[in-house]
Amino acid sequence: MTRLPARMLVNGALLVIAAATLFPLVWMVAVSFMTPGEASTYPPPLVPRDPTLSNYRELFARTGMARYLLNSVLLAVAVTALSLALNVAAGYAFAKLRFKGRERIFRVMLGALVIPSQVALVPLFLLLKELGLVNTYGGVIVPAMASIFGIFLVRQYALAIPDDLLDAARIDGASELRIFRSIVVPALKPIIVTLCVFTLLGTWNDFMWPLIVLSDQHLYTLPVALASLSREHVADSELMMAGSVVTILPVLVVFIALQRYYLQGLMAGSVKA
Amino acid sequence: MKRTTAAWWFVAPALAVIGVFFVLPVLAALIVSFTDFDIYALADIRNLRFIGWRNYVRLLETPLFWHALGNTLYFVAVGVPLSIGASLGAALLLDSPLARAKSFFRTALFAPVVTTLVAVAVIWRYLLSTRYGLINYALGGLGIPPVDWLGDPHWAMPAIILFAVWKSFGYNTVILLAGLQSIPQDLYEAARMDGASTVQQFRHVTLPSLAPILLMVSILTIAGHFQLFAEPYVMTQGGPLQSTVSVLYFMYEEGFKWWNLGSASAVAFVLFLFIFAVTLAQLRLAPRPAVAA
Repeated sequence: MTRLPARMLVNGALLVIAAATLFPLVWMVAVSFMTPGEASTYPPPLVPRDPTLSNYRELFARTGMARYLLNSVLLAVAVTALSLALNVAAGYAFAKLRFKGRERIFRVMLGALVIPSQVALVPLFLLLKELGLVNTYGGVIVPAMASIFGIFLVRQYALAIPDDLLDAARIDGASELRIFRSIVVPALKPIIVTLCVFTLLGTWNDFMWPLIVLSDQHLYTLPVALASLSREHVADSELMMAGSVVTILPVLVVFIALQRYYLQGLMAGSVKA
Repeated sequence: MKRTTAAWWFVAPALAVIGVFFVLPVLAALIVSFTDFDIYALADIRNLRFIGWRNYVRLLETPLFWHALGNTLYFVAVGVPLSIGASLGAALLLDSPLARAKSFFRTALFAPVVTTLVAVAVIWRYLLSTRYGLINYALGGLGIPPVDWLGDPHWAMPAIILFAVWKSFGYNTVILLAGLQSIPQDLYEAARMDGASTVQQFRHVTLPSLAPILLMVSILTIAGHFQLFAEPYVMTQGGPLQSTVSVLYFMYEEGFKWWNLGSASAVAFVLFLFIFAVTLAQLRLAPRPAVAA
């Protein structure tokens, strides 16, 4: 039978690929527990000889990591909460409420998706400077409060809400806000969780815009701080790996806990488009 | 009547944010790209002059811009086929009925996608280190002498491409896997009854069925690759010998290091035009499905 060798080939190949994707992450964790200088020996060690927490201690004591972590958490939570509120309301309206120009506005928005956000970078910076938001949390939060992608995702999902359900509530005299809160939001819960994970991870990982708009070190998010630290501490691989663990671990945990929603959203957002 | 008013309350906040912080800046970028907006105009707007096409003309005369464009096209031309090839290979493996522990493998392959780009770029910088890096150590085991990955102008971009494939191929893997799973099994059965080999089945059933998804995947992946920035920023700072300066990296330095904001806006528009043109070309050149499904 050719079955057994084929099975070994397929699973063996998958094992090799998975090892390649996971190895750098496992190696990062191992090195973060090594004593300073240990990783810069030959042959490169894979396991710490004397596992130590000193890199993490140094990271939080000397580089202000606690502050960056706080900034990242604060910004990710604020952007996620605000943009969810705005995108869900708008996505629902584009799917289920009638207003003048609805289809035209929606088509224009979809067309605008092809414009890379970097085109807007320079004027956005000037605008936020004018508004006094450069070098504040607001500089990161305000432009991210709504997204075309988020509205699109919610709209696609909301199209499936039956009109009869909404009309019945209207006949019962429920206000539009009430209908939104007690019928629409519960019906949209899966896509809300999806969008929540997307926004949380996207904001956490974002680099270019925070790098531009936050020049005060106390406001740095983890990626901006890590990029700047890695230029200063080129030789301290153990310290930098501890910093990478602090940056990556939260997103990996969120992803693994909620990956069902994340992967569903990925498919809804791309395959349907 | 009341419902229309309510509808506006639902959409107005989101539309206002998108209008003020995206649409307006995009339009303004076009105007700024025709001005000499610089650090003096930043201090006092009265120093601003309209200079027509001069930013664009000067860009064409700047060797570093051409260099950045060439580097970016290199990254796109080599990185995109490698990345999509890796995704397709992985998706085919995951779709195989012989594969075990599929959800574990899917998660493992997808993990790099959700990680923070800056942080994994830092990890890879150490893995690629000439003296103590594990990649050179492994190559040494095969008898290959150490490569100065990030310090040699010939190897820096290939190293970044390798890293980018690692970081992102899992994304398209998941999308292509969904596409593979939606191909009706009857098609394969019919092909097998006609005596088609596995390779023929792949060429005549799998690829044509996957074509629309492959087109979308390649459009998005190319657009994404054109926006190369954080990798060179963290791993090479554009070096060595400017071999990894990308268009966006050039724009960042032009705009936010030297404060030539007019010129930076022109760069942004050139980048946009490139992405737009390549997207259109793909839509035009893509083979149309013979029968509409």
